[in-house]
Amino acid sequence: MSHATRGPASAASGDRRQGEFAPATDTQVNPPRTTREMLLTGNEAVAWGARLARPQVCPVYPITPQTPVLEALTAFQAEGAFDAEIITPESEHSVMSACIPASLAGTRVFTATASQGLLLMHELLHYASGARAPIVMANVNRTVASPWAFWPDQTDSLAQRDTGWVQLYVETAQEALDSVPQAFRVAEQALLPVMINLDAFYVSHAMEPVDVPAQEEVDAYLPPFAPTQRLDTAVGSSWGNVVSQDMFYRHRQALQEAMERVPALLAQADGEWQRRFGRGYGVVERYRCDDARAVVVTLGSMAGTARVAVDAMRDAGEAVGLVRLRLFRPLPVLALRAALQGVADAVVLDRNHSPGAGGILHQELKAALYGVPGAPRVHGLLAGVGGVNVPPQRIAAFVRTSLERGPANESQWVR
Amino acid sequence: MERFESRQPQMLCSGHAACPGCIDALSARHILATMGPDTMAIIPPSCMAIIAGPQPMSSLKIPVYQPTLESSAAAASGLRRALDALGKRDTQVLVLAGDGGTYDIGFQCLSSAAERNEDFLYVCLDNEGYMNTGAQKSSSTPHYARTGSTPAGKTTRKKNLVEIMAAHGVPYVATASASHLPDLVRKVEKAKSIRGTRFLSVLIPCLDGWGLADDAGLTAARYAVECGAFPLYEVEDGHRWTLNVTAKPRPVADYLALQGRYRGLAPDRVEALQSEIDAAWALLERRASEGAAPGA
Repeated sequence: MSHATRGPASAASGDRRQGEFAPATDTQVNPPRTTREMLLTGNEAVAWGARLARPQVCPVYPITPQTPVLEALTAFQAEGAFDAEIITPESEHSVMSACIPASLAGTRVFTATASQGLLLMHELLHYASGARAPIVMANVNRTVASPWAFWPDQTDSLAQRDTGWVQLYVETAQEALDSVPQAFRVAEQALLPVMINLDAFYVSHAMEPVDVPAQEEVDAYLPPFAPTQRLDTAVGSSWGNVVSQDMFYRHRQALQEAMERVPALLAQADGEWQRRFGRGYGVVERYRCDDARAVVVTLGSMAGTARVAVDAMRDAGEAVGLVRLRLFRPLPVLALRAALQGVADAVVLDRNHSPGAGGILHQELKAALYGVPGAPRVHGLLAGVGGVNVPPQRIAAFVRTSLERGPANESQWVR
Repeated sequence: MERFESRQPQMLCSGHAACPGCIDALSARHILATMGPDTMAIIPPSCMAIIAGPQPMSSLKIPVYQPTLESSAAAASGLRRALDALGKRDTQVLVLAGDGGTYDIGFQCLSSAAERNEDFLYVCLDNEGYMNTGAQKSSSTPHYARTGSTPAGKTTRKKNLVEIMAAHGVPYVATASASHLPDLVRKVEKAKSIRGTRFLSVLIPCLDGWGLADDAGLTAARYAVECGAFPLYEVEDGHRWTLNVTAKPRPVADYLALQGRYRGLAPDRVEALQSEIDAAWALLERRASEGAAPGA
């Protein structure tokens, strides 16, 4: 693969995939011959990613639109292709309750959920990161009730941003598959749980051709999980006892330090994946940002639509680019600042809603840019909340309107 | 008693944080010694968690995982499956939980684990209320008992969790008491020899929460068995019932008189409690003689 085949010149080397520690884009690429191309939904791709990562324990509970992940895993097991202890408790709360000590005992643990299920786990999400349990969980982003709805909306996971979980947001089924082994690598190096978020239906149920790596290739990428500290009668250590104020304080500092290592660990995990499989995503992706006056900043599948809008605006002579955060927690502040350097206007598209505050990514970006000389003006748009459709033409209109109107501190409702 | 005082291995260390005179530690000591060193404990917030902690110390000579209050059986399931995945099938998983974490907030996941017949021994150290928070009622608190949240006496009866667990059809469910130590140890040994979900309810009179004299814990436990308020029995596979102590020579009034939580209880209420106990005992005797299923 040469640079000449990569598409628009402005998207070539030096523009795409520039995370703060992102691999150079001219890395030697040798896709393995053993790769298979399959037509998969995002959910199926997640299940394939999990199968290839060889978790040993999988507690899981069904919820729309995550259920196909569960059914794919149990089907893999029934056909003898997935050698994990699958536990089917009565709730997501018990799923995460089972995940934590299973992980602390030294097994690789995977699960998946969505929306209300994630919220039911909330207490245990804190417990998992506090226990430094490197669980990997896929979450299908779905509206949070009430009222009931089933549409793509990222409020469920963004509302968990303070729980100590690393959060990734993926754009495609392929990225969903590739992110599972990557997430285990990061989780087990940092001893932090990782949540992989994929949008309901746009990613979870849409089919696309997906390269499925061979098991031995993923085995070579992801070594078995073998922690020295674990719950083991031969080791004799315990977890969860009451601690002093000072011990708690130091424990939180250690958690922060682990989080701060994550952007570099993810960049390494992604770079290594790219060298082996020919696909990388970086930590923060820049798309056609060279000389951009304005950039759209967003998460997940909205980036796919924004990409089309950016292409159309570039064709019309407008200097607009896209910045997609693949990593949201920890917020890759340095990479974001670098990605937005020299940009006059950042237009944030939030498919989520924090009542009384507005768009969550909008708040986060303003905080990340605070005090940066020459930082872009930040426009926050509540676009696609509740799964409302946001076509490319509307994104182009949002950008134009934002530039005319100037920035506001509050997020704006748009559709 | 000497036979048990010298029981090895000593799995619960001296210097633990139990209240002086509390038979929670006595009961746990024998349960742990019987389970042995190839055991891992799940201990949710409860009196036992206080006895086990605080970091960096531990009074138990085995690994302890402290889950959230409501998740013991789910945590035990996860730990059990992880040990299975690692090939450590002989390592026992032992839950030591209180009645709040078992009868109330942890009941949902306990029922689910029992339905899946997850392989662990769940011991409920039942002191009939939220004693760690200063004695409020749980669904294990018996009829008419005064607690911080039932100052005029609890208006409803104690939940019969033992029968509910038996109704799941799990291989072994039993009640036990430190007042009948050989029976307690035998039941732990029996439970240890069985795979699948095993549930043991152990009565722990709370000196402070029940208003007992400092030296009356064991006496109260014995009276509870002798009056039939806490009968000792086993249910195997959900349908084979065995009454281990077949006589109840003591009136419930003797048991109530030991406890501040029943002080001043009206005579008609004492009689009502006696009638409840007599009826429950008759049902238990019938099941034991017929081998009837719960609810039959």
